[in-house]
Amino acid sequence: MAHPQDPKKAAAAAYWRENIRLLLTLLVIWFAVSFGAGILFVDFLDQFQMGGFPLGFWFAQQGSIYTFVILIFVYAWQMNRLDHKYNVYEEEDEA
Amino acid sequence: MSTEMLTYLFIGASFALYIGIAIWSRAGSTGEYYVAGKGVHPVANGMATGADWMSAASFISMAGIISFIGRDGAVYLMGWTGGYVLLAMCLAPYLRKFGKFTVPDFVGERYYSQTARVVAVICVIFISFTYVAGQMRGVGIVFSRYLEVDITMGVLIGMGIVFFYAVLGGMKGITYTQVAQYCVMIFAFMVPAIFISMMITGNPIPQLGFGSEVTGTGQSVLEKLNGLSAELGFKQYTDGSKSTIDVFFITMALMVGTAGLPHVIVRFFTTPTVRDARKSAGYALLFIAILYTTAPAVASFARINLLNTVSESSYKELPEWFANWENSGLIAWIDKNEDGKIQYTDGHPMEGKPQFTSERGDSGERLVSNNPTAGENELYVDRDIMVLANPEIAQLPGWVIALIAAGGLAAALSTAAGLLLVISTSVSHDLLKQNLMPNISDKQELLAARIAAGVAIVIAGLFGIYPPAFVAQVVAFAFGLAAASFFPAILMGIFYKRMNREGAISGMVSGLVFTFAYIVYFKFINPAANTADNWWFGVSPEGIGTLGMLINFSVSMVVCHLTAAPPKHIQTLVEDIRVPRGTPSSEPAVEGNSPASNLG
Repeated sequence: MAHPQDPKKAAAAAYWRENIRLLLTLLVIWFAVSFGAGILFVDFLDQFQMGGFPLGFWFAQQGSIYTFVILIFVYAWQMNRLDHKYNVYEEEDEA
Repeated sequence: MSTEMLTYLFIGASFALYIGIAIWSRAGSTGEYYVAGKGVHPVANGMATGADWMSAASFISMAGIISFIGRDGAVYLMGWTGGYVLLAMCLAPYLRKFGKFTVPDFVGERYYSQTARVVAVICVIFISFTYVAGQMRGVGIVFSRYLEVDITMGVLIGMGIVFFYAVLGGMKGITYTQVAQYCVMIFAFMVPAIFISMMITGNPIPQLGFGSEVTGTGQSVLEKLNGLSAELGFKQYTDGSKSTIDVFFITMALMVGTAGLPHVIVRFFTTPTVRDARKSAGYALLFIAILYTTAPAVASFARINLLNTVSESSYKELPEWFANWENSGLIAWIDKNEDGKIQYTDGHPMEGKPQFTSERGDSGERLVSNNPTAGENELYVDRDIMVLANPEIAQLPGWVIALIAAGGLAAALSTAAGLLLVISTSVSHDLLKQNLMPNISDKQELLAARIAAGVAIVIAGLFGIYPPAFVAQVVAFAFGLAAASFFPAILMGIFYKRMNREGAISGMVSGLVFTFAYIVYFKFINPAANTADNWWFGVSPEGIGTLGMLINFSVSMVVCHLTAAPPKHIQTLVEDIRVPRGTPSSEPAVEGNSPASNLG
């Protein structure tokens, strides 16, 4: 540990790396339910029924939207955890 | 009480509410005027974003469009919701941390260039005016359809209301008015949806009714709809007719465009903290999803209702709503085979939109002067009718009809106000304060913002009264241009530290020029060539923004590596916006005494 800046830089890099990993994971799901299930594989999935829906149609007009909402809340929750871990969580009085 | 009286009452009460809120929350500083003093609770901001986002088109037209195009309608459902995922994760928290007032602010500072700022301002103004023209028209149409007021008068009333709370209250007034407007709008949309869902499936929740059996048939809603469609010669409701690549590109352009629309982005500048910006995006999408998951259900119910009611029915025995909407010009019937019954099948019944004459036909129908087409279809149905006439088709009481009128107005006014604010901010803040007159005081800047808002309202109103023929054509512009310009520039500004001024500007300009040229060519210069055979890679002008975005990314990347890296202070700025507060450390938090504050 030659320079006091180094651990700070390492922590900043680690925070950003974890952020990007979370982001990519969630975006893969985002892409899979909409562009995957709702568009590219919609005809294939339509041969299966779910409730009264062909499965691909359900993803295109209902399922993808529900998933989007869940993804954002998972993101907000996980980022708060990350902020605490790296000590960058905003205090209430700073608002 | 008559339906008309109720409509006056509902609209009057909702307007009084909006004005009351405007007086209570008027803005005193530019900070309050531009970003509501950054003190908006995430749930309130979520509702305001929902109202801001959901326009007259979402409220009135979307369910109808889906009703007529079936599965392909998913491009709008996914496209106009999926963008919030990108917004929440890639843009909103970082722009909130950046902490200024506008999108051009970010572009100008991150790319240390007034040129970049000016390019951004021009895009903002163009995109917002394109959008707002349609809203003022929507206000006029709602007035003229439900009350005996002509469109010009309707637009003037709408202008007056928006003028009052946008000019007086700025972002603060608009935000709290939009919260009220969201409540009015969602209530107005859900009540008839719930009724019609119960009527057709017995299930009060439209999203569940959508997958249930049609009462008394043993078939699910979609099976029934496919069956009816096949019987009458329409394509299957659950099949698409657009090519997969086009659906892919349109959906992507709408998603990325949504995330890049300035009036949506600026809503996330108003929250107190970065984590509130993230959460607020979740609430916004939740509130939007309530309408967006109900709309396809309403589309299918309304379709079943319409096919069941009109097909092979004698004109004279049709319910009253048919004649009512025929009178407002949204339905037209040509009795081609003169059997007095309505034959409804695929294809256009006549050339162009119906031009009514003053005469009546043998069955009492309004005659049109259009040439009939050779096809067997006799019926013209405007898609807006699926939402507007729903309460009557489902035989709901008069107050529900009045509610739809108030809801449609709330949707149009809230979106118009959000857009007008963005326009006025661009003028007073980005053009005057940051460019032409840097020495003006906060008070003068606030006055400039108010004058700009007033002028913008008048221009928008003129667009509403004298709609240029191209308004409907240019909506593709707003999304395409936002997708091809702002989204890549902001994204790379946050996630790619090496991105420099030269890269960002050349990327934005090439994305813009390409998208603009493609849309102008197919929509205006050579509309006859606007068919899948002539499109590049089979991508329609609606989806071309996606290609524009890819061009922007590629050009930026190449140019930025041929030119000098951004200066040190810009790299520090990027590091700073990536973190909600202070600098990250792996030490455990010390209560009430954070390491960041120790560093001074």
